[in-house]
Formats: sequence, C-alpha cells, structure tokens
Amino acid sequence: MQFFGGSEISPSPPLPTASGNNAHMMYIFNRNGVCLLYREWNRPLRTLDSNQDHKLMFGLLFSLKSLTAKMDPSSAEKGNLGVPQLPGQGCSFHSFRTNTYKLSFMESPSGIKIILVTHPKASDLRESLKYIYNLYVEYVVKNPLYTPGTPIRSELFNTTLDQYVRGLG
Amino acid sequence: MAPAVPRSGDAIFANVERVNAELFTLTYGAIVRQLLTDLEEVEEVNKQLDQMGYNIGIRLIDEFLAKSNVTRCVDFRETAEVIAKVGFKMFLGVTASVTNWDTAGTCCSLILEDNPLVDFVELPDTCQGLYYCNILSGVVRGALEMVSMKTEVTWVRDMLRGDDAFELQVKLLKQVPEEYPYKDDE
Repeated sequence: MQFFGGSEISPSPPLPTASGNNAHMMYIFNRNGVCLLYREWNRPLRTLDSNQDHKLMFGLLFSLKSLTAKMDPSSAEKGNLGVPQLPGQGCSFHSFRTNTYKLSFMESPSGIKIILVTHPKASDLRESLKYIYNLYVEYVVKNPLYTPGTPIRSELFNTTLDQYVRGLG
Repeated sequence: MAPAVPRSGDAIFANVERVNAELFTLTYGAIVRQLLTDLEEVEEVNKQLDQMGYNIGIRLIDEFLAKSNVTRCVDFRETAEVIAKVGFKMFLGVTASVTNWDTAGTCCSLILEDNPLVDFVELPDTCQGLYYCNILSGVVRGALEMVSMKTEVTWVRDMLRGDDAFELQVKLLKQVPEEYPYKDDE
C-alpha cells in the first residue's frame, strides 16, 4: 500500500507563500466515517483516488486514537488495543507533525472529526478547528435543506471556510 | 487542560440569538394544531411530535457542543446535569432539576417547573391523550443518540394533565462503543 507523501519527501517543505496560505487540505468526517467535506488548497502530490484517500485518513485517525489511549500512562483502566471504546473513554491527540506537514485534529463528542493539514511550522490550531466547527454548525447544521450524514454542498460554507483558512498563521 | 465545563447556561443564553417568547410559543401551538387537523389521531400526533423533536435533536447537539464548550461527560449523571442546567437554559431559557435517580445511575427525571411551550395552552376534552410537549422528549432522545447514548424518554407528569410540574423520565438503555465503520473487503 502506498502512503500519501510517496517516496519523494523533500528535506524541507516549501516555505509558506506570501499570500499566507499555509493550509494544504481539510477533511470533515462524521461518526460513521462518511467524508462530509474535503477541501484542497495546495496538494501537488496525489497517490490515491479520493475515496481511498478519505478512508485511509479516517483509518489513520481511528487507529492513532486507539494507540494514544493505549499508551496513556495516567489512566489505570485500559482496554485491549483495538477494542472499541465507549464514548468518553481514553484520551485523544490533537495534532502530529512530520518534516513536511502538520496534521491538526479535533473530534466533537458527537463524532464530527475535523482534520486540517498545514505547513509544519503552523502554530497550535485547536482554537481554529473549534472555530471551523462553529462555522459548520452555522452554515451546515442549521441549513434546513441539508440532510445530516450526507456530503456537504454549500457554496457559502466553502467560501467562508476558504477565507478563514487563508488567514490562518 | 480542557476548559471547565460550564455549570450554568446563563452566559451562553445571553450570547445566542433569541426570538420573542410569545412568537415561539404561538408558533409551536400552531404546529401542534395543524398536526391535530392533519393526522386526526392524538396518538399519531404524539408520535409525529416525537419524530420532529428527534430530527431537531440530532442537529441541535452540534450547536450545543460548539457553543457550550462541553467536553465528554464522565458518566450519565453528569450528562443529565448538563442537559438540565446548560442545555435547557441555552435553548428554552429555563433550567430543569434532576431527581429520582435509580440506584444504578441509569434512570432519572428532569423536572421543569416553568415551560415556555405551554403558556396559553389548555387541553380540550378531545385531546386528553395528547402529550403537548412531546417534541422535547424527542429532542433529548435525538441529541443523546448523537453522543452514543441510546435512551428512552417519557413523560411522567404533565401540568396540562393536572400535575404540579413537568417531569421527563430519561432512561439510559445502552452506550454504543465507537466502531470502525468500514469493512475489510471494501
């Protein structure tokens, strides 16, 4: 299986452009693993078709979450690795960084997962992800014509999101 | 550290957009009235109100979580407290109290002394079986289902039926663990 990034990882990623757009792409998943939204701003290398790519991303987060909970030194009660956790059990991670990108992750208790992939030098984006969650509520959840659990098709949401993400440091 | 969970919804209530209470009450009344006309059977209206509430609840939970900064609750007791103190305040402008816990901590009652939905309402003789506020039970059920709790929500006391308060019994049936949604062969 090929992992995105492939073999050609340059020693240092390109510095953020003058326009200030540090973000590569963003995913929003719901609790059932449906990719509600995929936005792409700057992604020169693609190795998988989008469906596989979404699944791989969701699977990565799912496994990583169960791993991080398993490694947690502060918690006495731990299930076996891979055993489904009850909601509220275990800890969760909020970002990881490689030499070429940083992935920030937020999950709401209702199972909405927001993933933002940026330049590795990006600062702590937890507040920004929370803000994006608020945007999602205002533009998607409150839209009476949106059917929960289906991919989001909202120009207004996309535009607002683009604008906000462009301003991120 | 996660921010402290708010113990009261007052601050959030002050910050969200609100509508005139009378407009809200009368609009709800008009909906119930229309349902009674359309469906004719009181039992069907109860069901429909519950379904409408459920549909509201599965959306409302995200707004609640986004605005209240509530993180995961450690147990069902905390969940009930948060619904009563933060949730009801945020969306209805009133708070409920939580009582009548069973020993296992899976069943409790939310008591509403004040309920803005029923201002101006009296049940006529023809609608005695109607749970006028059944939409609320649907909302609670829908919202909890989205945070992985299957519940059963029923009315125990109803002021419109001559009781002294509104009592909503919330019973936790099971918590659904998070599972990997894809099958291996896909």
